[in-house]
Amino acid sequence: MAIEDIKIPQMGESVAEGTIGTWLKKVGDTVAVDEPIVEVETDKVAMEVPSHVAGTIVELVVAEGDTVEIGALIAKVDTEGKAAATPAPKSESTPAPAPAAEKAVAPAPAPASAPAASASAELMPMSPAVRRIVEDYNLDAASITGTGKDGRLTKGDVMAAIEAGTARTLSAPVAAAAAAPAATGPREERVKMTRLRKRIAERLKDAQNTAAMLTTYNEVDMTAIMEARERYKDLFAKKHSIKLGFMSFFTKACCLALKEVPAVNARIDGDEIVYHNYANIGVAVSAPNGLVVPVLKDAQNMSFADTELGIANYGRKARDGKLTIEDMQGGTFTISNGGIFGSLMSSPILNAPQSAILGMHKIQDRPMAIGGQVVIRPMMYLALSYDHRLIDGREAVTFLVRVKEALEDPTRLLLDM
Amino acid sequence: MSDAFDVVVIGAGPGGYVAAIRAAQLGLKTACIDKRDTLGGTCLNVGCMPSKALLNASHHYHTAAHDLGKFGITTKGVSFDLGEMMASKDKIVDGLTGGIAFLFKKHKITWFKGSAKFTAKDTIEVALNDGGTETVKAKNTIIATGSDVASLPGVEIDEKTIVSSTGALSLPKVPKHLVVIGGGVIGLELGSVWQRLGSEVTVVEFMDQVLPGMDGEVRKTFGRVLKKQGFNLHLSSKVTGVEKTKSGAKVTFEPVKGGDATTIDADVVLVSIGRRPYTAGLGLETVGVEMDDRSRVKVNHDFSTNVPGIWAIGDVIEGPMLAHKAEDEGVACAENIAGLTGYVNHDVIPGVVYTHPEVANVGKTEEDLKAAGIDYVAGKFPFTANSRAKANLDTEGFVKIIADKKTDRVLGVHIIGADAGNMIAQAATAMEFGASAEDIALTCHAHPTETEAMKEAALAVHNRTIHM
Repeated sequence: MAIEDIKIPQMGESVAEGTIGTWLKKVGDTVAVDEPIVEVETDKVAMEVPSHVAGTIVELVVAEGDTVEIGALIAKVDTEGKAAATPAPKSESTPAPAPAAEKAVAPAPAPASAPAASASAELMPMSPAVRRIVEDYNLDAASITGTGKDGRLTKGDVMAAIEAGTARTLSAPVAAAAAAPAATGPREERVKMTRLRKRIAERLKDAQNTAAMLTTYNEVDMTAIMEARERYKDLFAKKHSIKLGFMSFFTKACCLALKEVPAVNARIDGDEIVYHNYANIGVAVSAPNGLVVPVLKDAQNMSFADTELGIANYGRKARDGKLTIEDMQGGTFTISNGGIFGSLMSSPILNAPQSAILGMHKIQDRPMAIGGQVVIRPMMYLALSYDHRLIDGREAVTFLVRVKEALEDPTRLLLDM
Repeated sequence: MSDAFDVVVIGAGPGGYVAAIRAAQLGLKTACIDKRDTLGGTCLNVGCMPSKALLNASHHYHTAAHDLGKFGITTKGVSFDLGEMMASKDKIVDGLTGGIAFLFKKHKITWFKGSAKFTAKDTIEVALNDGGTETVKAKNTIIATGSDVASLPGVEIDEKTIVSSTGALSLPKVPKHLVVIGGGVIGLELGSVWQRLGSEVTVVEFMDQVLPGMDGEVRKTFGRVLKKQGFNLHLSSKVTGVEKTKSGAKVTFEPVKGGDATTIDADVVLVSIGRRPYTAGLGLETVGVEMDDRSRVKVNHDFSTNVPGIWAIGDVIEGPMLAHKAEDEGVACAENIAGLTGYVNHDVIPGVVYTHPEVANVGKTEEDLKAAGIDYVAGKFPFTANSRAKANLDTEGFVKIIADKKTDRVLGVHIIGADAGNMIAQAATAMEFGASAEDIALTCHAHPTETEAMKEAALAVHNRTIHM
């Protein structure tokens, strides 16, 4: 029997660990080279980890929900056992550390005094106050770093971890089920947050806590763009094999305005301001697990077609869960389009450490006063949320006005003005 | 000349003798040099231990003579024999110093009685008490020479009328009026001894309260306690002269801020204004050991000095001059010499004043934290609400726990109370483990004990005392 170890591969520069999502294979299954065997969620993306060898899975070393570091052993594959495929007797294989989730099945009512201690916490006894909070919040003590004597947890450590959102919870043994009306089933359901969702929550809250965030609004008359689009959509599609959408206009308009108001494209780093002489535009895309923001690199140099192709490509990857870490890194400004879901007006939250984000909305025909006449025009509200620490109101408004002007008169995009 | 020792400890006080024992335990060939004929240094011979013996004896007398009535015990004509009391104290000291001598023998530590002096960084010349000299070669030397009484300029201590703590432990008769210059730990402890035995005691203190350095609330409260016991306190007062007379001495002092001087007559004057590091005659300059601006030996975190192979611990280095601090440093230093990792957490060193009630503290005071700009919450619980203290008719004092406002971590504990010195140990343990006030509150404390006040003070941090 030749056993090969399957380990967590490198997943990008800033990713140190991930959470085992769903096992796509079980013990006894055969795998081909490069066939995905497990989904792993990281802070930034969910990805599939393939087997680098063909063979039969003989052991799954980690359980769903476990946190694993880069390079961690997750499974063993017998490269000679393709035919045999006898499911290894369970008792022989090293039992994966059973996550507490499995306990939920057995409705053993845990006595109130039984500490919900994880393996490492048993090695390092918890002080009474630490024990109380860990139980109150149903935390996995092993996920918190201790600063007390010999690395013990202090109450402060646990509170800080809760505040920072770095403490993992144990999957709750739902003991209250019996109390709910039996016929109608449980009245609420607890589902563990995915790593991605937690990370989104963290980042959004961080942005709010850090930046002096406010939003300026404007509206744009979409007539010119809609006309241009109507006029050229067939030709464009034929030539570039991609539909001419609004996003390319917006991206272009933003690049232009960013050049004029560099602060909007900058970020704060400590007590320095970093100005970017390029525009990496993050485009918020909805993915099955939540919002992701892949980045159009050097968007200032992209043609309309490049932009549309880039966005379409990212959209596809997001849908298939194939976005890579590199796809998501390095943004200097973000465009978020709430309009596709019908939003008429909203204030987007910054994508830290970026200092500004443009919110697009639904195009709606509204009566406008133009030249003393009431005319119906396809209008869109624009919102620019920005970090007032770095960007003055004048700059934010100027930026948004520039975007509006360029969109209402797309010829400006050609003339770079 | 003997073979080189792995470790030579200069000074056999609680820092030095403990360092020597620990070094020997670790298999190092160890010697200890001290110029006293008995081991144990100031602490055992003329410090902590004899003073505790006298504090205990005088407390028993005072209780028997004055306090037993409230328990329904009638006593008549309670008296004491000072000579017997001193003899008892001396016997206790002999037992203790003899115990160290036994421990030295057990650990095969070579004991030189004499004065040490560096002639080279690995060579020490011992002027033996019995005459002659001995040259000792040392791979490592630990300076544990401790401290000596700080004297008041222009005031000569004769240990009869004008005494240091040493003389105050062996007065031949109870002075009618004892004037204590310096209201620190030593002055108040020895003042208590003689006050209980019948002296009128007057304390002249430079600072605005007694016990400088301790928590402000503790100092203020304890000053009140002393006054209630009959002490005369002159605070914010500067002694400008001590003049010996036929029958005793005249002590003159004036307000620190300026003002009229006062002169009082004393039978005995105790000078207890502090202690200073003792390094005279050691020849430290010969080997180039670096000192700080307060004449203390400069050491690194591991107690090494700037001269390789020379180490220092205890009162001669920075930090509070406390026996237990020196002991822990002695152990850590010996371990560092042996290649282990020894360290002392100087943030958690308890301090105790063995008066009645006792005063004990560990960690930061409210004043420290205010100065450092740290947000804290103080929880306080008085012994008047503690059942055991009530049963004992001994309800003076309180427990105060100071915790970090954000993390709830215990930053300091301050106690005035009959058993404060023992109670502070649990606070030190808790702090050493980074405990929160809630940790103490959630720990079961036996009923009825004074320690319940500790638990209640921890509850008070969160405004949820049960018995208040």
